[in-house]
Amino acid sequence: METALAMPDLGPALAEIILAVGAMALLMLGVFRGDGSSRAVSIGSIALLIVAAFAVISQPDERVLTFGGAFVMDGFAIVMKCLVLAGSAIAIVMAQSFMARENIDRFEFPVLILLATLGMIMMVSANGLIALYMGLELQSLALYVVASFHRDNTRSTEAGLKYFVLGALASGMLLYGSSLIYGFSGTTNFDVLAGVIAMNGMSTGLIFGLVFLMAGLAFKISAVPFHMWTPDVYEGAPTPVTAFFAAAPKIAAMALFLRVMYGGFADAVFQWQQVVVFISIASMVLGAFAAIGQTNIKRLMAYSSIGHMGFALVGLAAGTPEGVKGVVIYLTIYLIMNAGVFCCILAMRHKEGPVEEISDLAGLSQNQPMLAAVFAMLMFSLAGIPPLAGFFAKFYVFLAAINAGLYALAIIGVLASVVGAFYYLRVVKIIYFDDPAPAFAGPMGSEIRAVLAVSALFTLLFILYPTPVLKMAEGAANSLVPTVEAAEAPAAAAESAH
Amino acid sequence: MYEAIVFLPLVGCLIAGLFGRQIGVTASQWVTCGGLVISALLSWVAFYNVALQGQAETIQVLTWIDSGSFEADWRLRIDTLTAVMLVVVTNVSALVHIYSVGYMSHDPHQSRFFAYLSLFTFAMLMLVTADNLVQLFFGWEGVGLASYLLIGFWYKKPTANAAAIKAFVVNRVGDFGLILGLSAIYLTVGSVEYDTIFAAIPGLADDSFMFLGAEFPIVTTICLLLFMGAMGKSAQFLLHTWLPDAMEGPTPVSALIHAATMVTAGVFLVCRMSPLFEFSQDALTVVVFVGATTAFFAATVGLVQNDIKRVIAYSTCSQLGYMFVAAGVGAYEVAMFHLFTHAFFKALLFLGSGSVIHAMSDEQDMRKMGGLYKFVPVTWVMMLIGTLALTGFPLTAGYFSKDAVIEAAFAAQNPVHMYAFWATVVAALFTSFYSWRLIFMTFHGKSRASNEVLSHAHESPPSMMIPLFLLAGGALGAGAMFSSLFIGSSAEGFWAGAILTLEGNTILEDLHHVPAWVKFSPLVMMALGFVTAWYFYIRSPETPKTLAREQELLYKFLLNKWYVDEIYDFLFVKPAFWIGRFFWKQGDGRTIDGLGPDGIAARVLDITRGIGRLQTGYVYHYAFAMLLGIAALTTYFMFGGSH
Repeated sequence: METALAMPDLGPALAEIILAVGAMALLMLGVFRGDGSSRAVSIGSIALLIVAAFAVISQPDERVLTFGGAFVMDGFAIVMKCLVLAGSAIAIVMAQSFMARENIDRFEFPVLILLATLGMIMMVSANGLIALYMGLELQSLALYVVASFHRDNTRSTEAGLKYFVLGALASGMLLYGSSLIYGFSGTTNFDVLAGVIAMNGMSTGLIFGLVFLMAGLAFKISAVPFHMWTPDVYEGAPTPVTAFFAAAPKIAAMALFLRVMYGGFADAVFQWQQVVVFISIASMVLGAFAAIGQTNIKRLMAYSSIGHMGFALVGLAAGTPEGVKGVVIYLTIYLIMNAGVFCCILAMRHKEGPVEEISDLAGLSQNQPMLAAVFAMLMFSLAGIPPLAGFFAKFYVFLAAINAGLYALAIIGVLASVVGAFYYLRVVKIIYFDDPAPAFAGPMGSEIRAVLAVSALFTLLFILYPTPVLKMAEGAANSLVPTVEAAEAPAAAAESAH
Repeated sequence: MYEAIVFLPLVGCLIAGLFGRQIGVTASQWVTCGGLVISALLSWVAFYNVALQGQAETIQVLTWIDSGSFEADWRLRIDTLTAVMLVVVTNVSALVHIYSVGYMSHDPHQSRFFAYLSLFTFAMLMLVTADNLVQLFFGWEGVGLASYLLIGFWYKKPTANAAAIKAFVVNRVGDFGLILGLSAIYLTVGSVEYDTIFAAIPGLADDSFMFLGAEFPIVTTICLLLFMGAMGKSAQFLLHTWLPDAMEGPTPVSALIHAATMVTAGVFLVCRMSPLFEFSQDALTVVVFVGATTAFFAATVGLVQNDIKRVIAYSTCSQLGYMFVAAGVGAYEVAMFHLFTHAFFKALLFLGSGSVIHAMSDEQDMRKMGGLYKFVPVTWVMMLIGTLALTGFPLTAGYFSKDAVIEAAFAAQNPVHMYAFWATVVAALFTSFYSWRLIFMTFHGKSRASNEVLSHAHESPPSMMIPLFLLAGGALGAGAMFSSLFIGSSAEGFWAGAILTLEGNTILEDLHHVPAWVKFSPLVMMALGFVTAWYFYIRSPETPKTLAREQELLYKFLLNKWYVDEIYDFLFVKPAFWIGRFFWKQGDGRTIDGLGPDGIAARVLDITRGIGRLQTGYVYHYAFAMLLGIAALTTYFMFGGSH
C-alpha cells in the first residue's frame, strides 16, 4: 500500500506532462487574446510538439515502468511517439494557410490537435487497459471536434457527428472487451495478463474479450469491417484535418495495437493472428476495389488509407519481430508519403475555393509540371512501384509475412496492390494525358512547399540511404518483442515444467 | 570472278535499296543494271571455263556454321549444272533489268523495284551455287521472299497483295516438304555437304526407317519430300495455283521470276539431287506422273484464258511439267536443256507481252486487242519468234529441247512413261493452239480496242526492245547451238559428272533411236494446233463462241482452271478462316479476353460498384456493418475450431 501511495516516477511521462500543461497554457493564451491569436497559438503548438519530441528522445532506451506499471516507456514508444509528434506538427503546419483562407483559423484547432496528440502518445505508452482507454478517449474526443471544425459546413458537421456516434459504439465494444478480459484474467496490466495467459492459456471469455478489444482498435485504424466512417469523415472534414486523420492517429492506434498484441497477448498469437489476417485481407481488398469507383480525391485517399492499414496489418499478422519492424517501416514511409499527397491536394483550389474532384487534376502536367511530377511520383510510391519508398514499405511487410509462413496472406496482398495500382495510376493518367482543366489558383504556401519537398525527396531518395529508418524500426521491434534468446528461455522453462 | 558473279547483284541491291532515295533513280538503275551486266558477261566466262574446259571447282567464301559436328561452310560450287544456271539467271536477269528501265519508267518507286530484282538475282545465285543443303535452303527461301516482294510490288493493289500472300503460303506447303527432306538427309547422312551426301546415298539405297509402325524406304522418302518442295516452287499440279495469280506483279517480274528462273528451281533441285533420285525408281515415277499431269492440265487451262499474261503463265506451268517428265525418266540433261531454252523464249514472250501491254495502256485482256501488228510491228515479230520457239517450230530452240522431252518419255523404261508420252504430245497440240490463239487474238483480225487506246499505241523504247532482240536470238539459236553439248554426242564431257546417271540409264542415247512417228508427232501436233487456231480466230471467229456454248460444261471447267482454286477454297481456305475466326472470336476474344483481362476488369468494376452501394451514408448501416463484423469474428471463434 505504501508504494501505491508514494509519488510515481514522472520522468518517463515527461513529454505527456509537457504537452498537457502546454496545451492548457496555449488555450489560456488563445482565450485571452481572442480570435486573432490563431497564428501565435499554432506556432506555440509546433514549438511545444518539438519540445515534447526532445523530451521523448531524451528518454533512455530500456524499458521503464511507472504509474504502477500502467505506463511504459521503451525504445518502441520513443520511435512511435516521435512519428506521432511529427505527424501532428506537420498537420498544424499544413493547416495554417488553408484555415486562414476558409476563415476558420481559430486558436482552438492547434490546441485540439495538441490534446489529441497527448492522447496518442498516452496510447503508445499504455501498458494496461485503463491507460489504453484513457489515451484512446482523449484522442478520440479531440478528433471528433476537429472533424467538425468547419462548423458552418454541413458536411463537416455531419462528418464529426458520424465519427462521434460510431466512435462511441467502437469505444463501447472496446470497453466491453476490456471488462471481459479483466473478468477472466483478473488484471488490467498487460505484463500480468501475459503471465496469466502463459500460465492458463486462452479461455473462451478471454478470446471474446480479445475480439471485442481488437474491434475497438480496428475502428481506430479504420480496418474493414470497422472502416465505414472513414470515407464520409475524410470527405467531410476540412482537408488539413483529413491529412491529420490519415497519419498521426493511425500511427498511434497501430502502435497501441502492436503494444496490446505483443504485450498482453503475446502468448495468444494463434488467436489474434487469425483476426488480424482476416481484417488485413479485408482491408487490403476493400481498399483496392472501392477506391476504383471514387471521383473525390479525399474519398480516394480514405480508401487508400484503409488499404494501407491492411498492408501494415500484414506485418502485424506475422507475429514476429520482423513483422513489427515491417510495420514500423511501413508507418514511417506512409506518414511521409501521405503528408506529400495531402500537400498536393491542398494545392487543388480555384479562386472560389478548394476543389476535390479527381477530374480537376486533368492536364495538371501542362499547368503546373513540377507539382504534377511530384504528385505522379507520390502516386507511384503509394502504389508500391520501385524504386520509390512505397515499394520498400510493402516489401518489408510481405517479407515478414512470407518468413512467418503466411503465404496466402502475402499473395493476396500482392494481388490487392496490383488492383490498387489501378486507381493510383488513373490519377497519373488524368494528370498527364487528359485535356487540361482550368488551372489551379495561386501559389502554394511556402510551408506547404517545404513539407512537399521533404516528402518528395524522402520518397525518391529512400532507396539510396534506407539505413536510418531500418535501424530505427529494428530498434523499436526489438524493444517491443523480446529477442529470440529471451523469448526462448521461458518457452524452454515451460517445456521442462511439463 | 565467281564471287563477283554472285555478289555484284547483292551490292547493287544494297546500294539501291538502302540509299535509293539519296542517289536517285537513275543512279540506282545504273548500279543494279551495271552489276548484272558484268555478272552476266562473267557468267559466260564461267560457262566457258567450267562447262567447255571442264574446270569445275568449289570456292570457299567463309565458314558459316561450325557447331559441334554440324558444319556448313559458305562455298560456291561451280560445276556444269551451276554454270548453266548461272548463264540463264544472270543473262535473263540482266536483260530484265534493262527492260525494266523502260517498262517501269512511270513508277514512283523504281529504286525499290531494282533493289528487289537484284535481291532476287542474288538469292537465285545463292541457290544454284550452293554446296550444302543449308545454303540451298537460304537461296530457296531468299527467292521466295523476293518473289513475294515483287508480286506485291504494287502494294496498294489489293489483288497484288492477295496474290503475293497466296504465292508465299502455297510455297510454304512445298517448303514444308523440303525442310523435312533436308532434315531427313541430315538425319540419315549426318552432314549437309553435297559431296558427303552423294557419297553416302548408294550405301543407303536399300535401307528403310520406321515411322508410325510402318516401314519406309529412306531414299524414296527423302526424294519425295524434296520433290514436294520442288512442286511448290515450280508450280506443279496441286501446288500450281499461285503462279497464275502471281501475274499481278509487274511484267518484267513475271518474265524473270515466274518464267525463266525461280520456277525452274524445282527442276534444278531434282537435277542437282540426281545422285539421290537415281536410287529411287518410285520417286522418279511420281516425278514423271506429276510432271506429265501438269503439262497436260496447264495446257488445257491455257486454251481458254483471256488474259495475255495468264495464258503465258499456264504455258510456263505446262512447260515446267515437261521438264519434270524429262527429269523423271532419268534424262536430267534433257530437263536442263529444256530449262535453258525455255528461259529464253518464255522470257521473250513475257517481255513481248509486256511490250504489248505497255502499248495498249496497261490493257491485258486479249478480247480488247486485235490487229495490233500494224501498230507494233517489231513487237509482233518478237512475239512470233517466241511462239515459234515455244511450239517447237523446226530449228528453233523449242524444237530441240521439247521434242527431246517427248522422245525421252517414249524411250524411257518408267512404268508411266507412255502416259507421260501421250500427255506431252497432247499438251504440245494445246500449246500450239493457245500460243497461236494468243498471236491471232492480239495481233490479227479486227481491232477490238477503243480508238483512244489505239491512238496511244506505240512501239516501246529501245531499252525495252534491245532485250527482246537478244532473247529472240537465244530463242532461235540456243537450241541448235547447244543441243549436241547438252543432250547430244558431247554430253558426257559437257556435264562432267555434275549429273549422276546410273549404269543402266541409257536414256540419253535411247531417245535418239525412237520410231519416226514419234519424232514427227510433235511437229504434226504443232501444225494441227496452228491450223485450228487459225480456223477458230481468223477464218471463222464465230466457231469458238459456238463451241463454248455447245460444250458449256467443259468450257466452264477449263475456264475455271479445273476448279482447283475453288476446291482449295472449300477444303483449306474456308476451314482455315473458320478455325482462325473461331479461335479469334471464341478463343481469344470470348475466352481469353472475356475471362482474362476484360473479364477481370469487369468483375473488378462490379465489386467496386457493390462496395460503393454498401457505403450508404447512413450511420445505422455503418454500425450494423461493425456489429456484423464482430458477430462474424466471435462466431468464428465459437465454432471455427480455433483452439
